[in-house]
Amino acid sequence: MTTTVDAGRPRRALQARARREARTGLLFALPAIAFVLLLFAVPLVLAGWMSLNDWPLIGTPEFNAPDNYTAIASNDLFVGSIWFTIRYTVVITAIFLVISLGLALLVQSTRPGVGLFRTAFLLPAAVGLASSALLFYALYNNEYGPLDDLLRALGLIEGNADFLSTSGAAFRSTVVMVTWRYAGFYMIILLTGLQAIPVEVYEAARMDGANWWQTLRRVTLPLLKSTILLVLVLSVTGSLLAFEPFYVLTAGGPSNSTVTMVIAMFREAFTLFDLGSAAAIAMVLLAALVIINLVQLFLLRDKDRDR
Amino acid sequence: MTRLLSARGRRILPDIGFYGTSTVLAVLFLAPLVWVVWASLSGPRATDGDGGVGFDNYVRLVRYGAGLPTYLWNTSVVTVLAVVGTLLVTVLGGYALARYTFPFKNLLFLGALAILMVPHPTILVPLYTMLNWVGLQNTLVSVALVLVMFQLPFGLFMMRNAFEALPKELEEAALLDGCSSMGALRHILLRAVMPGMVTVGMFAFLAAWNEFLTPLIFLTDGRNFTLPIALVSLRSGELGTIDLGALQAGIIAAAIPCILLFLLLQRHYVRGITAGSVRG
Repeated sequence: MTTTVDAGRPRRALQARARREARTGLLFALPAIAFVLLLFAVPLVLAGWMSLNDWPLIGTPEFNAPDNYTAIASNDLFVGSIWFTIRYTVVITAIFLVISLGLALLVQSTRPGVGLFRTAFLLPAAVGLASSALLFYALYNNEYGPLDDLLRALGLIEGNADFLSTSGAAFRSTVVMVTWRYAGFYMIILLTGLQAIPVEVYEAARMDGANWWQTLRRVTLPLLKSTILLVLVLSVTGSLLAFEPFYVLTAGGPSNSTVTMVIAMFREAFTLFDLGSAAAIAMVLLAALVIINLVQLFLLRDKDRDR
Repeated sequence: MTRLLSARGRRILPDIGFYGTSTVLAVLFLAPLVWVVWASLSGPRATDGDGGVGFDNYVRLVRYGAGLPTYLWNTSVVTVLAVVGTLLVTVLGGYALARYTFPFKNLLFLGALAILMVPHPTILVPLYTMLNWVGLQNTLVSVALVLVMFQLPFGLFMMRNAFEALPKELEEAALLDGCSSMGALRHILLRAVMPGMVTVGMFAFLAAWNEFLTPLIFLTDGRNFTLPIALVSLRSGELGTIDLGALQAGIIAAAIPCILLFLLLQRHYVRGITAGSVRG
């Protein structure tokens, strides 16, 4: 492909150069393309195909569409997990919005030492999610952990504390653990948004005699809308796909009352060895997530137009 | 009253409020971490009943299952492969996206975006089947390969931006000096995009070291378990009763590398989150 450069034909030389450029570019991008193709696109198509087959863990698959999809409706574990996961998503997202925004407003300060506080709030985010769940599992253990003694000493409980033995308690305990792990992460995102608001805006609000609450409601929150939407997207997506917090901390219990959608899918595949049904659930999850993401992207775009 | 609200008082009161609230919150956030350190070193099972501080929990952890050294080694293999792989693929790919027009460029961009959109579990079930076809089931390499794929959206985005921020003259000068484009990339540009690489590498490290679902699905042989998987099997008491003391020691072993890295490179971590959130 080495074309000799013809001085009289600059267009052909240019074309040759563009071709050479394209080849070099493709070469550089080849590893990334291979990864996307082999480890993402192909499995995605396969997931669709598997969902149309009776696909045991070991043995020959057999086409059975749409049985895997119709079976979802009578899969009590999964159907129950939908409502549970949505409830969890709503609760944890509301908590992130309030607590992380509070933290961000606090550490927005420029007082000396504020960096240390930011680090302290963000540090749990460096601990793995599974490790965090194990840590709280031990904290919640009445014989081993100090938490029940502490609550008794504070007069908040009488007798034995109950952290994981009822479904309500297990839910609340997991929410506390996830809040501890992620509040600082969302704080940093919100802090970035806060710092993008020009100081002049606050000064103007103060000139107009606005108090702290009015400034927050009428100035800060409206200007923070796109950042808040980003937190919403991340939290909703992450929580709808929650696995580790419940799998490790509550093991889905007591009596399957804290099973999330992904745990239900995982059991379908690796406890019941029915990969076809698991793939069907996975495709349903995918469709739900794409729709939710598109709606949220649409909201984000609307915001940009307003500006 | 009037004297309390003097100019100086008005400045000090909010200060007390800020430092008071922040300190209480910082204690709440740090207490679980401080407790786990203490719990791993104290108590009858840590000290053989002697009281004070002891390392028995760690000794039992070292001997647990296939042994802590094995689990640490497996986790390190996955992490190193994932970090090196992520950097290799995203530096080359980011450079291509920033500087070249090539076929499938938009498709690559769309593909990376789609990885963000698709739930990991959706992709892991068919991947598990595919790995069985090619004989890569139950291997650490397969876990690392998948982790590289999961890091592509963030990594490609970060590295493309890093290269785009560089003036084109930088590599043109190198090319005029007779460097090949690979040579230009290696000698000149790599040094200039180092901060971006540190951020991408750090996120890949934290994700790989702590990854749970992928190795849980892919790895079936206890000798291949990574540390998080081994610890969770310790918690479920699969090999005897639950040894909470050894579990605390295990959490420390799993968390220390991440916390150290985080404290060292916090600036880069925050930069990564910021870069991601500005785009939305």
